[in-house]
Amino acid sequence: MERRAPAGLLTVLFTGIALLYLPIVVLIAFSFNASPLVNVWGGFSTAWYGKLLENRQLLDAALLSVEVAASASSVALLLGTLAAIALVRMRRFPGRMLLTGMVNAPLVMPEIITGITQLLLFVSMLQFFGWPHRGYLTIVLSHVTFCTAYVTITVQSRLQAADRSLEEAAQDLGAGPARAFIDVTLPIIAPALISSWLLCFTLSLDDLVISSFVAGPGASTLPMIIYSKVKLGVSPDVNALASLIVCAVGACVLVAGYLMSRGQQRREMEARLAER
Amino acid sequence: MNNSWHPGRWLIILPPLLFLLVFFLIPFGFAFKISFAEAAARIPPFTDVLSLTADHHLKFTGSLANYHYLVSDEVYAVAWLYSLRTALFSTLICLLIGYPMAYAIARSPRSMQNLLLLVIMLPFWTSFLLRVYALEGIIRDNGFLNAVLLHLGVIDHPLRIMRTSLAIYIGIVYSYLPFMVLPLFATLEKLDPTLLEASADLGSTPWRAFFDITLPLSLPGVIAGSMLVFIPAVGEFVIPSLLGGADNLMIGRVLWDEFFGNHDWPVASAVAIAFLLLLAGPIAVYQYYHVRELEA
Repeated sequence: MERRAPAGLLTVLFTGIALLYLPIVVLIAFSFNASPLVNVWGGFSTAWYGKLLENRQLLDAALLSVEVAASASSVALLLGTLAAIALVRMRRFPGRMLLTGMVNAPLVMPEIITGITQLLLFVSMLQFFGWPHRGYLTIVLSHVTFCTAYVTITVQSRLQAADRSLEEAAQDLGAGPARAFIDVTLPIIAPALISSWLLCFTLSLDDLVISSFVAGPGASTLPMIIYSKVKLGVSPDVNALASLIVCAVGACVLVAGYLMSRGQQRREMEARLAER
Repeated sequence: MNNSWHPGRWLIILPPLLFLLVFFLIPFGFAFKISFAEAAARIPPFTDVLSLTADHHLKFTGSLANYHYLVSDEVYAVAWLYSLRTALFSTLICLLIGYPMAYAIARSPRSMQNLLLLVIMLPFWTSFLLRVYALEGIIRDNGFLNAVLLHLGVIDHPLRIMRTSLAIYIGIVYSYLPFMVLPLFATLEKLDPTLLEASADLGSTPWRAFFDITLPLSLPGVIAGSMLVFIPAVGEFVIPSLLGGADNLMIGRVLWDEFFGNHDWPVASAVAIAFLLLLAGPIAVYQYYHVRELEA
């Protein structure tokens, strides 16, 4: 059957999409503005990008953010995958309800609440155990929390779609449960793992509110620096920085999206082949 | 299915369970405890609520003063009502725009669907803070929108959008629209098109069929999408802080100021706990529909 949406609906769809992208396009265009005035076009220039490289504070913050994002998404990938396996493969275990709730709640919990409660935990822990001091470690721990939720949701749906019988066949042929999972199921869910790592990386790189609470006075992530600059108003060097980040993160997301849809297409093709 | 229970399984269950317990759930306990403390000039900046006495008894020295303060100071009620109203109307606008978008995607050829979804989700994954900043470039007094409208002669002096409630509405709708489209698409996609054909055969107009069949069947998506927009929007901080004016006080901003401005951690904790209790209902509704969706 030829599927086609009515013209009215398509108009709303494409207007909506255009409006979602308009601010980003304008932002990138004005990052190449030679004029320091943000509302006057003074010709094409890449001067603002050059200025970024001279800003030591910005580069340090960017480095810290990348380190935090890489560590947090790696730990979250491990924890989230374990949680997804537990929720999909083990129907009953004590604490299942609790795990389901704790995996889903961070997705809707306002960041400001998560941020303040986690800070109070870290401060109380420091008071009692003398550890952890606020900084890199506390930022990573708090990012792992919300990233784990995203990994679990993504991997959970992929695991549910994965054909359990393949793994059972491997077990019938003498593989242990762990062996069967690693050889059979892991390759099937691999695209979901890679894409959820990339998505966590972008989420962590972007977080302002939670980081501001748990970072402590010593450490500043990139969004914290950007926020304090943005509070002062629109400026061309922030435009340049923002354009760079938006493009880098956009590339990550495109790769993640490509991996997800390719995995899905392959599954659909295999399903069609199997039906013949 | 092999369901034998052996201890190795705890190696899978325990790490995420313990981590989330310690770093997500237990922190609420600390916030609850500290909400009964008083601010103090020391590190950490609050008094002990629970302490051990000399004869090893646990002593509780907290008070309800912070909660009393929340109820007696008008600022909190005003900010809370303003946040609720803003989140409610933003959610409705998202629904009105998001529903046709999701429906159009669900009715598109399957080969196009993944691409369209990716196009919708791409802005969501790309830096929230920077998108709000980019929006400021559009709606500020000398921004893109005013420049275009002035150039076209539609207006003769710039529209004042920044630092008003309207700016916050635009900000929330712009930032959270993808959250609405995705769950709506998920339910609309599953809708059996033969139901609509059957109702058309029986003489129903397309609008009648929409209200009788499509809308009721997509209700889980409507609820999930609305909660995904409404709950974070109530607690939104970045949007009111960057786009709103001084009088557009939302609860997230009040909490932030109480914490970073007044350094009153106990009052900030009390605000967070009260806020969480007021959100418990919507969060439970979301959980219910989301879990049902996942296990279906």
